[in-house]
Amino acid sequence: MSTARSSSRSPGRSGLGGIFGGEALQRGTVLMYLSLIVLIPLAAVVWTSGEEGWSGFWAAITAPEGMAALRLTFGAAFVVTAINAVAGTLIAWVLVRDSFWGQGIFNSVIDLPFALPTIVAGLTLLALYGPGSPVGIDIAYAPVAVVVALLFVSLPFVVRAVQPVLEELDTEMEEAAASLGASRFTIFRRIILPTLMPAILGGSGLTFARSLGEFGAVVLVTGNIAFETQVASVYIFGQIEGGDIPAASAVSVVLLAFSLLALIGLNVVQGRWTRHEE
Amino acid sequence: MGITVSNISKRFGDFVALDDVSLDIQNGSLTALLGPSGSGKSTLLRVIAGLENPDSGEVVISGQNKTGTPPQQRGVGFVFQHYAAFKHMTVEDNVAFGLRIRKRSKDQTREKVHELLELVHLEGFAHRYPSQLSGGQRQRMALARALAIEPEVLLLDEPFGALDASVRKDLRAWLRRLHEDMPVTTVLVTHDQEEAMEVASEIVVMNDGAIEQIGDPTEVYENPATEFVMSFIGPITRLQGAYVRPHDLRIQLEPNGKTSEARVEELLHLGFEVRVHLRLSNDEDIWAQITRDTASQLDLKNGKTVYIVTDRSRSFG
Repeated sequence: MSTARSSSRSPGRSGLGGIFGGEALQRGTVLMYLSLIVLIPLAAVVWTSGEEGWSGFWAAITAPEGMAALRLTFGAAFVVTAINAVAGTLIAWVLVRDSFWGQGIFNSVIDLPFALPTIVAGLTLLALYGPGSPVGIDIAYAPVAVVVALLFVSLPFVVRAVQPVLEELDTEMEEAAASLGASRFTIFRRIILPTLMPAILGGSGLTFARSLGEFGAVVLVTGNIAFETQVASVYIFGQIEGGDIPAASAVSVVLLAFSLLALIGLNVVQGRWTRHEE
Repeated sequence: MGITVSNISKRFGDFVALDDVSLDIQNGSLTALLGPSGSGKSTLLRVIAGLENPDSGEVVISGQNKTGTPPQQRGVGFVFQHYAAFKHMTVEDNVAFGLRIRKRSKDQTREKVHELLELVHLEGFAHRYPSQLSGGQRQRMALARALAIEPEVLLLDEPFGALDASVRKDLRAWLRRLHEDMPVTTVLVTHDQEEAMEVASEIVVMNDGAIEQIGDPTEVYENPATEFVMSFIGPITRLQGAYVRPHDLRIQLEPNGKTSEARVEELLHLGFEVRVHLRLSNDEDIWAQITRDTASQLDLKNGKTVYIVTDRSRSFG
């Protein structure tokens, strides 16, 4: 059963082969590009973080200020990911299943956080939710501002991952379940949600990774108060400004490692979910 | 008992899908709703299932008025053209779905699923996923899933439409046998007149949102009530303004007063059947189906003059 699956699941291995010269050359070119753009710079950060030895690395990431920044960053990232998983799915649902006036505009607005420079996003949030807020909500310079800023910049991830899957969803599956006696809630829980799960997880993984590293949107609204509202990326920036490159690199490596872990982890879970889909 | 549909109308925007349709379906029968696409046959089936709400009219299943009842409480088994398999569930879980919703005990569920998988010849496939099955197997699974809830009526919407011709043929015969063994009231929607005639005991011919004729296969073929039924069920050709089945035309070499003179234009040899295209003396074209033995007895050749006659032509006022 599993062997039949794996053989039918590797269509990329045969067929045309190398479009740009030989297959080996093609693979080499891609690998080299990836190395130059991504892998070598990352390796350099890891290398720099180790300049002062293991104890230096450990001291840098356990420094109270750094720890506080990392704690806030991870805490906020988890909260934002959880909220986004639910809200993003809901928004996608409304966009696909409902029809209302202004839907097209609403749909385009979803992408705005991606199109907007994140520092502009930060400025917008500060103007709206900062001191002298026109709506009377002042959350600037408080930890909740971190969450709000991250929610803003990561909004599209789950929505845009779930939306196409929902559009392709076979409504006959729902009708079949209904004729078998399933209530609307049961249909959602047992038929729709399992089908959407890989997309929700994929979008959530990106949300989490992005939340760990966001700088621009966060730096303005949080006021960068150490031990209170300072996130890891801003802490790293401060360390670099202060000339402590190895400490900045050490914290960067922690972020890097967890981003990678989140993406790999979700890939594995996603793979298990999608195994039996066509 | 069975299904009674009265005065059902249904519009989609400007399109009239069903126009005041009434129909009685006998308890335990196997009925085909036959018609071209857009004739309203699928909409009628979906109205019976509760998947579509009619604008007016009533649906009564086994003596109970189910017009406003949601599909969950109709006790109908529905099978879709494209299987509607729950892709993330095994065959076993697909079939057990309705039973688990009804909170049957584990033992009861397991036993029933096993029994149904045996019935649809999927005993060895319980732990497979739908993506690991062929189209025919998936449709048999869907049928087992629908039968699991012991429905009052079984509704099949073009169930063999997505399958290869040979699989389709096997499944038709299998469905007919299944129905003989387990005579649950079954309604099958199809656009294929051969399928309807092969499987169903009763055929409802639909066109433009209305019923043209109801009858058993022989009746709708031999005594079509309308021009539409005549032309939709079986081949037709025209002789002097009247409709005639091409195999009801006789070709002979001598005139006898009732015959029309014609010239052979083309001969197509299709194995047992020979298709003869003819031109009448008034320049009308007509074609006849004859056996290859008749063709060789008559020694038909292009350009040969023959005389054709029929005693089974029909005209519709």
